[in-house]
Amino acid sequence: MNIFQIISEIEKVDPEVYDRLDSRRSIFKHMSGMGKTLAAAAVPMAFGAVLNKAYAQTSMAPGVNDVLNFALKLEYLEAAFYNQGLGAMGATATAVQTALRAGFSATNLAALEKIRNDETAHVAFLRTALGTNAIDAPAANTFDFTGGKGGTPGPFATVFTAPATFLAVAQALEDTGVRAYKGGAPYLASNKDVLTAALNIHSVEARHASRIRTMRRAGAMNNAASQTAAAGTDRSASPKSWVSGNDGGGPAPAQTAPVYAMGAAPAYTPAVITFPGEENVTQGGVNLQTALSSLNFPAAAFSEAFDEALPVPVVSDIARTFVITGSTFI
Amino acid sequence: MDTKSTSLSRLFSARPVLRRTFFRVAGATAASSALVLAGCDKEDETPEVTPEQAFTLGTGDTGLLNYVYLLEQLEAAFYDKVVATPPADMPSTELAYFTDIRDHEVIHREFFKFALGTSAIGTAVFNFSSFTLTTRAGVLAAAQTLEDLGVAAYNGAGKLFTDPVYLGIAGKIASVEARHAALVRDLVQPNSFATADVVVNDGSALDGLDAAKTPAQVIAVVNTFLNITISAASLPA
Repeated sequence: MNIFQIISEIEKVDPEVYDRLDSRRSIFKHMSGMGKTLAAAAVPMAFGAVLNKAYAQTSMAPGVNDVLNFALKLEYLEAAFYNQGLGAMGATATAVQTALRAGFSATNLAALEKIRNDETAHVAFLRTALGTNAIDAPAANTFDFTGGKGGTPGPFATVFTAPATFLAVAQALEDTGVRAYKGGAPYLASNKDVLTAALNIHSVEARHASRIRTMRRAGAMNNAASQTAAAGTDRSASPKSWVSGNDGGGPAPAQTAPVYAMGAAPAYTPAVITFPGEENVTQGGVNLQTALSSLNFPAAAFSEAFDEALPVPVVSDIARTFVITGSTFI
Repeated sequence: MDTKSTSLSRLFSARPVLRRTFFRVAGATAASSALVLAGCDKEDETPEVTPEQAFTLGTGDTGLLNYVYLLEQLEAAFYDKVVATPPADMPSTELAYFTDIRDHEVIHREFFKFALGTSAIGTAVFNFSSFTLTTRAGVLAAAQTLEDLGVAAYNGAGKLFTDPVYLGIAGKIASVEARHAALVRDLVQPNSFATADVVVNDGSALDGLDAAKTPAQVIAVVNTFLNITISAASLPA
């Protein structure tokens, strides 16, 4: 089987085939790895999978409803997280929830309940905006916040029993939400009211993320917002209230690094839109750290001053950390 | 007609003087194209404000970029002042935050200056006498006002940009301003990071959403810190 001849044949009917394949370099990397380990007979099947994936995902840019429904999925995820951990608004807390709640100071618990209520309100807002196009809430067992995908409890096994783990997952979810809304915004530009509403949710997610980070820095039982992280401290364990560099990969680097890393742009992305990692210091083509070196600001300031967007496929991958195997929800 | 010509000639003769007060000399050429005195573009209307004092920021995306550039100038000038002469009762931990935030705002300001190039307005001089910058409480209250204003300004400006790159930039900065706002608010009053004065919480369909302000609303606030008057009339709305 001559793969390159096949690509060449495809090119006759689809001149953009190289672009489609090239935009998924990770798949090619994956394939070259397979070439070494798989029997030759398996290669055609693998190649077919590559083409399926390339063509399936290079369809059209998402429409307004697609973006809103994707946002709704994330809000379902976030709301479920706080509801499962703390108990839903107005509900009587279970024994496990009561124990977790006791691990936070009253002030911090009130902050988490406020965040929970906001996420529930975001779900309601998006459902109203989408009307009959809104996707339904997933079944309660769709999510596994331990990261175990429904099997053996995963890396966040203590998510609903240890306050520190709960806050670690909360930070990852909120920071992901901030990047996701940023990534979706350009596709809402055709509807100004919806775009503004999405931006108004986006900044609330950022307020949440900041509050959670402040809480992680000071500790679940400490109310002091003025608790600072010492210079040189590991930002994954003791974050600033804003994202500094890539925060050492976030609260649990093995799982959360993608929340702060660059994202591969889907093929439909306009060339002017990119998805650098949070450590990025180049904006509008200007390396600000270099151009503004005379200010003598710390290097981290140049990344902290700008948050970065993430595209839908990367956000989906991150969200799937908390979705059970076999679910097609996200 | 005579009155009109007299009025216009008075406007134009006043311009060089004003430019010197508001704009750096180096920016003078750019200023004449980026800035139009209110009332000059519509011949039939009498300017609502004293013509000598009214400046506009340009039109379209350039006008919007100058608008957010002006806003970042305001924020940067404020934090520069606080960091240079902090209130005696502000703990060093909080001053460290304010230094971080100052750095961010200065970087935002300088970024927009780069982005605007020769279309950039000059450097504004701000008057913070309405704030009490000699006490921690006064500084925190002022910072809260400015950060919430910034969030609402970017949220409102997003839909007005025609270039998706600028929408993207507005988003990248808006969330950083929101992170600042949440921390500053928690320093003012624990758990005020998203209270009802900024995030809707009245049982309406908009519950859980932050505020968005139009350029006109934001400029009205910015003007209270200026000795001149900026008009938002030329900006997209």
